[in-house]
Amino acid sequence: MSQQVTGQRMERKDEVVIGLEVHIQLNKLNTKLFCSCSTDYHEDEPNTHVCPVCLGMPGAMPVINEMAIKFAVKVALALNADVQPFTVFDRKNYFYPDLPKDFQISQYDRPLAWGGYVTIEAGQGEKKILLKRIHMEEDPGKLSYRGSITTARYSMIDYNRSGMPLLEIVTEPVMNSPKEARQFLNKLRIILEYLDVFDGSLEGAMRIDANISLKGGGRVEIKNISSFKGVEKALTYEITRQKNLKRRGKEVRRETRHFDEINNITVSLRGKEEEQDYRYFPEPDLVPVDATGIIEELRGTIPEMPEQKRIRLAEQYGIGENFAKVLVLDLKMADYFEEVAKSLAEDGINLNVAASWTVDVLRGELNYRSKDFRFAYSILEPAEMVKILKYLTDGKITEKSAVEIIRTILDKGGNVDMIIEEKGLFAIANSEIEKLCREAIEKNPKAVEDYIAGKEQALNFLVGQVMKATRGKADPAETARIINKILS
Amino acid sequence: MITEKDVLHIADLAKIEISEEEVQKFKEDFQSILDYFNILDEVEENVEPSFQVLPLTNVFRKDEVKESLPREDVLRNPKHVEDGYIKGPRVVE
Repeated sequence: MSQQVTGQRMERKDEVVIGLEVHIQLNKLNTKLFCSCSTDYHEDEPNTHVCPVCLGMPGAMPVINEMAIKFAVKVALALNADVQPFTVFDRKNYFYPDLPKDFQISQYDRPLAWGGYVTIEAGQGEKKILLKRIHMEEDPGKLSYRGSITTARYSMIDYNRSGMPLLEIVTEPVMNSPKEARQFLNKLRIILEYLDVFDGSLEGAMRIDANISLKGGGRVEIKNISSFKGVEKALTYEITRQKNLKRRGKEVRRETRHFDEINNITVSLRGKEEEQDYRYFPEPDLVPVDATGIIEELRGTIPEMPEQKRIRLAEQYGIGENFAKVLVLDLKMADYFEEVAKSLAEDGINLNVAASWTVDVLRGELNYRSKDFRFAYSILEPAEMVKILKYLTDGKITEKSAVEIIRTILDKGGNVDMIIEEKGLFAIANSEIEKLCREAIEKNPKAVEDYIAGKEQALNFLVGQVMKATRGKADPAETARIINKILS
Repeated sequence: MITEKDVLHIADLAKIEISEEEVQKFKEDFQSILDYFNILDEVEENVEPSFQVLPLTNVFRKDEVKESLPREDVLRNPKHVEDGYIKGPRVVE
C-alpha cells in the first residue's frame, strides 16, 4: 500500500501527459476504401492487390465504399462520439514513396465524428479517456528494406496496403502513464472486435502515434508504433529520456521522434512537415457524405459492449465478478462460456465451475499453445466441454483426467467419450480405491509406521502406490482421505 | 508578400531544386496568383464555404471485390522493379 502511494506521488510530481492517434484498419471489409481491390492481401505477393485507383494512376477516380462509412459510423456510435451528418474528404499533400498519388485522401475540418470516450480501469475506479475526433482516411503502401533501414540504398514498395480503409481515432491528452495508454488501446481493440469491424491479429492492423510531455517540457510526438505493446515501451523509454534531460538541466524541445522497435528506443526525426505544409483542401474527386440515414439505420444495432456484458454475465449466471471481468476481454471466450453455462444450468451445476474451467484451464491451455477461442470452437466444441464438466461434477472423472482430456483434444482432436474409453479415464469407484488403499497399507508397513510417527511424506508415498495401481485414475485427495480413515 | 524564403520552402516541400533566377520568377508568379485571389475579399462574410460544386452527396459503391490488375501490368510502368516490389528512394531522415 505504501508503495502505491509513493508511486502516485512521483507521478504527480512529473505530471506525464499522453495523447494518442490510433490508426485502425477496418480489415473486416472486403474491399479497399476507394476501389474494389480485395483487403485480403496479407498472405499474398507484393503488388498483387492493386488497380489504377490505389496505384494513383492519372485519371483514376476514387469511389467511396459504402460499407466502410457504415463500419466507421458504427465505431463512432459505440465510442459515444458525436457522429456528423455532413462529412467531407480532403487531400493531404506530402511526398513519400509509399504514397502513389503524392497526396493522401483523409479528412480535415469536417471529420466523421467529434468527441466520444472509452472507459478504462484506473486504480480504485474508472477513468474516461476522452476522444477529440474520429476520421477516415486511406492507408499508404508499405515500405521495406533489404537489410536495415539505415544501410539500404533504396526502399522496396508494396502497394497492396495502399487504399486500405483506416479509421484515425485521436484522444485528448488525458492519459498519465504508459500503462493507461496500453489499457486504453486494449479496451479499444476489444470494442472494435465486438463490433466485428476489425481483426487485431493481422499485421499492421493497429498503428499508433503518441504525444507525450512532462511538466515544463516540450511536446514530443513518437511516430510509427506498430503494436500496442510497442506503445508502452516507447512511452516508458521517452519518459526516462525526458527525465534524464531535465535532471541534467537541459530543455526537452518540441520534436518528432521515430520508435525503433528492434532496439526499443526513440530517435529524432528531422524535417517533419508542419500542419500548414500539408495544404489540405477538399477532395475534388469525391462528393460530401450525408450520413444522416446511416446514423439512423445503425443507432439501434450497436451490440452489447464489454461493460454491459460483464454486468449481465455476473447476474445471469451467478458467477464471480473476477470471472466476468476476464470473460469479456475476448468476445469468443465469453460466447464459449455462455454456451457451456446455458447447458450446465439445466443440470443445476454451479456455473463458477464452468467459468473457472473456461477462464483458468481452457484459456491457459490455449495460450500455452498460442491458440485462441476460435481454435477452441473448431476443435473442442462447447457441447464437448459440457460433457467433461458433467463427468467431473458427477465424480466420474478426476480433475486431472479432465485436464488430460482437454489437452489431448487440443493437441490431437477427437471427442471426449472416445478419449475416456481409450485411456480408461473413468474414475474408479471408492470401494475399489478403498481395497487398493488397504493393499498398499498391508504391503508397506514401514511407511505406515513412519506416517503414524508423524512423517507427512509417508502418506504421499502410500497415495502414490494407489495412484500407480490405478495408473493415475484415482483422485489423490480422495485417496489420502481414505487412507487416513483406515489408519485412524 | 511572398518572400524568397516562402518560395524555397515550397520548393522544399515539392522536393525540387530551383535556381536563383527561378526563385525570382516564382516569387513574382506566386504574388500575382495571390493578388488574383484577393477578389475573394470582395465576397461578403458569413457565406457558407462550398466543398463541391456538384449538387450531389453519397456517391457510393458496394463492398464487392473486383479483380485487381495483373502484376505484369502493374510492374510494367515503373522503371525500377525488384522481386515484385517497386523500387523507390531510401527515405533519408
